[in-house]
Amino acid sequence: MPCGLFFSSYRKDDAIFKTWWLRLWMAAMFVALLVYPLFSAEANSLTGMNVTNLFNLIFIYVIGAHGLNLLTGFTGQISLGHGAFMGVGAYTAGILAKMGWPFFVALPAAGVMAAAVGMLFGLPSLRLKGLYLAIATMAAQFILDYAMRNWTSLTGGSAGLTVHSATFFGIDLNTDESFYYLALFFAVLATLYLKNVTRSRTGRAFVAVRDRYLSAEVIGVNLFQYRIMSFGISSFMVGIAGGLWAYYITIISDEHFTMWLSVQYLAMVIVGGLGHVLGGIFGAIFFVVLPELLRIPAEALTDIYPNIFGIFASLREMVFGLIVILFLIFEPDGLAARWHTVRAYWKLWPFSY
Amino acid sequence: MQEFLQLVVTGLVIGSVYALVAMGFALIYKSTSIINFAQGEFVLVGAYVCLWFYSGLGLPIVLAFLLTLVFSVFMGVVLERLILRPMIGEPIISVIMITIALATVLKSFVTVIWGTQIMVFDPPLFSQEAIHFGTVRVSEVYLWTVGFAFLFLGVFAAFFKFTRVGISMRAVANNQTVAQSMGISVKKVFAISWSIGALVSAVGGVLVGNINGINIALAGFGLKVFPAVILGGLESIGGAIIGGLTIGVLENIMGSYLDVYLGGGVKEIAPFIVLIVILMVKPYGLFGIKEIERV
Repeated sequence: MPCGLFFSSYRKDDAIFKTWWLRLWMAAMFVALLVYPLFSAEANSLTGMNVTNLFNLIFIYVIGAHGLNLLTGFTGQISLGHGAFMGVGAYTAGILAKMGWPFFVALPAAGVMAAAVGMLFGLPSLRLKGLYLAIATMAAQFILDYAMRNWTSLTGGSAGLTVHSATFFGIDLNTDESFYYLALFFAVLATLYLKNVTRSRTGRAFVAVRDRYLSAEVIGVNLFQYRIMSFGISSFMVGIAGGLWAYYITIISDEHFTMWLSVQYLAMVIVGGLGHVLGGIFGAIFFVVLPELLRIPAEALTDIYPNIFGIFASLREMVFGLIVILFLIFEPDGLAARWHTVRAYWKLWPFSY
Repeated sequence: MQEFLQLVVTGLVIGSVYALVAMGFALIYKSTSIINFAQGEFVLVGAYVCLWFYSGLGLPIVLAFLLTLVFSVFMGVVLERLILRPMIGEPIISVIMITIALATVLKSFVTVIWGTQIMVFDPPLFSQEAIHFGTVRVSEVYLWTVGFAFLFLGVFAAFFKFTRVGISMRAVANNQTVAQSMGISVKKVFAISWSIGALVSAVGGVLVGNINGINIALAGFGLKVFPAVILGGLESIGGAIIGGLTIGVLENIMGSYLDVYLGGGVKEIAPFIVLIVILMVKPYGLFGIKEIERV
């Protein structure tokens, strides 16, 4: 690992993975992710959990978290409606699948639909910012939530909507292992997209809007265009996540896409790290794995307190809230920032500079 | 017409409670510029605590109510000191998120302690008997609710106008730096704002809980203060009161006339539709301060 900048050309400086050491590790991680399903049975029995299921959920949430991170972390627009936008994606995919559309058409359609809805509710962002926008998107969440529950002819209401799992060239992706590659593909795609968009002209404009929007406007960034665009891209990604969710869970009900999901998404990007590509990944892993880990002490406590699983959901929410509070007070930049400090420390170890 | 009048009157009753809670919300925002997503949970906690003192411990209602007020003040001070004070000067998103997380924690505390079953004040605090005003029929408990809500609104209006502490709070809201240089303790004002915010919410919780019963959905009641304060303008306490009354009436009317077309439950989201419309048309509300920004 190098302990300084030794680039001899601009191309090297611009590279995503800057050193061969990093490239090696990334390749190793990618290969490990690719071959993982071969060992899924061992992983499941070793940990006593359905690890493949967790991986799939992480991949789905990574896509959504990247989407929200683009909006909140890079463009500085707060959204409390991403749970509902994910729901729009899920229902779109579900309804189209019911109409017989193949999944590789229905999935992008889910993204487009979510993007349209997101842009519609993002319209007030031209005039509003900060907390006003948070309140506006919260209202969007409630209104969409209501529509999902009460527009029974379309969404099936609280009874839910059953979706047939995705089929890909005759292969039915109805097991955790087969779905794994689909989810992995989209998660990698979303990550690469986020990483690259932040290096592009558009991404720079987003960051300018976030940091000082008036100055950005003065130097010629079209505020309205970029804010709406950010809402659109962000909702598109979260809509894709919703579509994947529909194909994975195969039963969509309105209960999943409540305010709580929006809050979870926001917590993911904050705990993970706002404005870091790694943030969405860390956040998604953290909040998917955490409830599973909480199960262990809860199971241990059943002897003393047999009722614990009755209140487990509430306890989980409590721990969730406390973790977010502690993070905001003690590590407001999130896990990604901590990761960078740890790495910087080891780079120079044992010297301090 | 008669039905319409009835809707307006019952709307005004609930609206008066919205006004009370919205006042606490606007007060917190005005003096600390923190937007409190946990206001609904303050309502919830206040209602449950009062219920516990009353039905659980069997205290007389006056004592139970006063103890609830003391508890809310205490809760406000503690939360301000532990959680909100470290957030001063942090970006808006962190402040919003911390109050959301606080709301989650408070709500789950309530669920763990009291469960999710609906509970009622037993025996009821006020009689349900109907009183007739011409053609409009109002039950007694509604009149008490309005009376109490306006009593507290009046008390706090006088408090801000005439007492030393109230005036110092207005000073801080007006200009923090100048207030500080005049020897006003801004920290103390912050703590007082939070405790008043929690106190009026608890009163609101008891009043509404007495009408509808208490369960976790009461937190959703608290969320409806958002449309109220946005309509009135975030910085305006008077606006919050007018906004609260208006939203109460509007949701009642929209609920009963639109339910037929949209299939029930319109009352729950009507305030949020109004909210979106206000934000599109007049983002700073009726009495809010329009921000002018310079580079």
